Amino acid sequence: MPELAGLGTLTRFLLRRDRVRSLVWVASLGLLVWVSAVSVEGLYPTQADLDAAAAASRDNAAAIAFNGPDQGLDTLGGQVAFQVSSFGLIVTALMGIFMVGRETRGEEEDGRLELVRSLPVGRHATTAAVLLVVAGMSVAVGVVVTLGVLTIGLPTAGCLALGAGFTAVGLVFAAVTLVAAQVTENTRVAYGIGGAVLGASFVLRAAGDVGDGTLSWLSPIGWAQKLRPFAGERWWPLVLPLVATVALVALAVVLAARRDVGAGLVPPRPGPARIADGWARPLGLALRLQRGSVVWWSLGLLLMGVAYGSVAQDVEDFVGDNEAVQDMIARAGGVSLTDAYLGTSLLMLALVGSGFTVAAVLRLRSEETNLRAEPILATRVSRPRWVASHLVVAVVGSAVVMVAGGFGLGLSYGLASDDLGQVGRLVGASLPWVPAMWLLAAVALLLFGAVPRATGVAWAVLAGCFVVGLLAEALKLPAAVRDLSPFEHIPELPAASLSVLPIAVVSAVAAAVAVAGFVAFGRRDVG
Amino acid sequence: MTAEAISISGLVKTFGSFRALDGLDLHVAEGEVHGFLGPNGAGKTTTIRVLLGLLRSDAGEVRLLGGDPWTDAVALHARLAYVPGDVNLWPKLTGGEIIDLFGRLRGDLDEARRAELIDRFELDPTKKARTYSKGNRQKVALVAGLASRAELLVLDEPTSGLDPLMEAVFQDCIREVKAEGRTVLLSSHILAEVEALCDRVSIIRAGRTVQSGSLDEMRHLTRTSIDVLTEQSLDGVGDLPAVHNVEVDGNRARFDVDTDRLDETVRRLAELGVRSLVSRPPTLEELFLRHYGDELAGERAASGARSADGGSPEGGSADGGAPDASSAGGDDA
Repeated sequence: MPELAGLGTLTRFLLRRDRVRSLVWVASLGLLVWVSAVSVEGLYPTQADLDAAAAASRDNAAAIAFNGPDQGLDTLGGQVAFQVSSFGLIVTALMGIFMVGRETRGEEEDGRLELVRSLPVGRHATTAAVLLVVAGMSVAVGVVVTLGVLTIGLPTAGCLALGAGFTAVGLVFAAVTLVAAQVTENTRVAYGIGGAVLGASFVLRAAGDVGDGTLSWLSPIGWAQKLRPFAGERWWPLVLPLVATVALVALAVVLAARRDVGAGLVPPRPGPARIADGWARPLGLALRLQRGSVVWWSLGLLLMGVAYGSVAQDVEDFVGDNEAVQDMIARAGGVSLTDAYLGTSLLMLALVGSGFTVAAVLRLRSEETNLRAEPILATRVSRPRWVASHLVVAVVGSAVVMVAGGFGLGLSYGLASDDLGQVGRLVGASLPWVPAMWLLAAVALLLFGAVPRATGVAWAVLAGCFVVGLLAEALKLPAAVRDLSPFEHIPELPAASLSVLPIAVVSAVAAAVAVAGFVAFGRRDVG
Repeated sequence: MTAEAISISGLVKTFGSFRALDGLDLHVAEGEVHGFLGPNGAGKTTTIRVLLGLLRSDAGEVRLLGGDPWTDAVALHARLAYVPGDVNLWPKLTGGEIIDLFGRLRGDLDEARRAELIDRFELDPTKKARTYSKGNRQKVALVAGLASRAELLVLDEPTSGLDPLMEAVFQDCIREVKAEGRTVLLSSHILAEVEALCDRVSIIRAGRTVQSGSLDEMRHLTRTSIDVLTEQSLDGVGDLPAVHNVEVDGNRARFDVDTDRLDETVRRLAELGVRSLVSRPPTLEELFLRHYGDELAGERAASGARSADGGSPEGGSADGGAPDASSAGGDDA
């Protein structure tokens, strides 16, 4: 097929280029699932333990909303799927989004695609090569997940269903991002569209699983869980992701044929010939470069907060006269279950919002490697002033993003419970998390200043905070490891009472690390 | 002897085990246009980055406008304008906004000059940077730099991507700058441009200065390429003194001649009845290839391929995070 000429060579080239990156994705997903499975096995050694766990989860709307539907929870396999699949599926979706985004629109935006397309390769060959590689990665993730849960002796059919769900999610989000990459000229926007679809999938699934399950059928993550691993597997829902993938790829092919290389579907418009006064300074420039990011992340967290808040009311209803849960509340010192749920929701919002924080600081590095820092630093702008411009955006933006999340949470819970006082209460409760986000900003800044080639480690640190925040119980992490995450030290308002000391300590550490970052950057070579 | 705007002695800069600058010297007097020449990877951009305080020198003495480029960076930057050779702009800002931005950040935007330059370079300031061609991106950087009143202009291969008309406009602008008594450091590997503009020239190779002086002093380095058609046979042309690389085909010949012997050679050709004669000074690149081609090829092979792909999952170090990806000292990577 002439449209696909050169596919083999391009695929091999891509595998060569991304061999480390793809291995890291697949291996860390495999490891995550395997470690979680092993620790769940250790957590519930007897059937009585499993029954108790099932009873506790079944009546806990928060757990259902975060993890997945109530299916097979009194079996070891069902618990494993419940504990790992939600988080694991989100990471798999991110793999599809980032891999396809960078290798299609990213390559195009940087002008490298043009060079490749001038060679005797088919119009769709580069895209097909990316799809082949990412589909291969998705299958590989499915295989390592399946093998991982097989090693603890779970039933084969369930292991296969769990793995197949991971593969399906990887495929669907690869295809979603492929469409997004045709619509926009900007790689970041393509990531944003992929992320928005992922957010919507998570919210639909959460709402569906807490409700009667119907909405979950609209979500790719839901499709994976509808395979019912370890809970009477059924295979026909696999048709849904496969059809969706094929349809989205076909749409992308049609869209791609309608546009020029380098262009999006939306044509560029002329802009102002002179700069407005406010933008013509470092802080103005940083704000202008990052305002889209602040707006979209705020909107994303607002919607996420709305989704969490909308089910908060159900948490109380779930409790009913369940003794286990009442015991739990009593042990927690009479805290209302709703408040505990809202506190956990704010933790989730803070963790997700930290994605903005890290990205905002690492903008410094991409400005540097794209040679846009150099001409700025060749003017009267000092290094600290340039770094501060983006750091201010990250610091203030983190607060904005987090407050947007708290506002969404309060608004939808307030509307559901006829108590709009919740808006102020939850916006207030969201603020203590901001210093923890700042600490991540400071860590990213220190990496940028001291080891600029390793700024990616900042994402690993955030991933570590996610693991501690979401999987600490399942993984039985020792306290010393948990304490490494700044989020562990923040009081989970509104359930906990406000204690200022830990917040002040986290803030002080953030400030000290940030200063070290400034000093390190002042001493190193730029470029 | 006037004061020196730039004074570099024995400058050394290493990237890991790679010695990008290896005892480089560069002296630029106030008010002169100084050509800074060398093949790709010779260390021109690395030197400029040291001058801008972006890179810290490992050894040697560097003075810029009487100050230290590393410790006095901000104060010195107020007095200079810089035009990079590799121009990357913010895709969403327009050319006009970017020119204003740099003017404001430097603090010396000359409004009248800005308008005049945009006109002369035929630049549309309302287009988003994303849509500019390479030549137009270069024009944005040039207008931003030339619209300043800075006493020193640091230009790093400023005309790459410009068409011949715009090249002529650029040369006019530099002559005006010179007439105002300002200093220009012009890094280039286009000898014609340097010959047209520069009072003095420094040639570097592999991080060292190999020649420095006025162009007249350096004429002996250059050879002129001749393409000639005569009435009589050109068979004996290879025996002429100072003639090299001869290709003869009956009445037609191509060869290079030492420029200081050009007059003598043309006289001899005239005796054969010239019907057509094209002479062309070789580019510096050709000159270097001729003189140092073998050595360079050996060095390139030795320095080997250094790929820079960290392979971390998304969001990590952006593509080619290593400094050499940016045409710093290690252009040969």
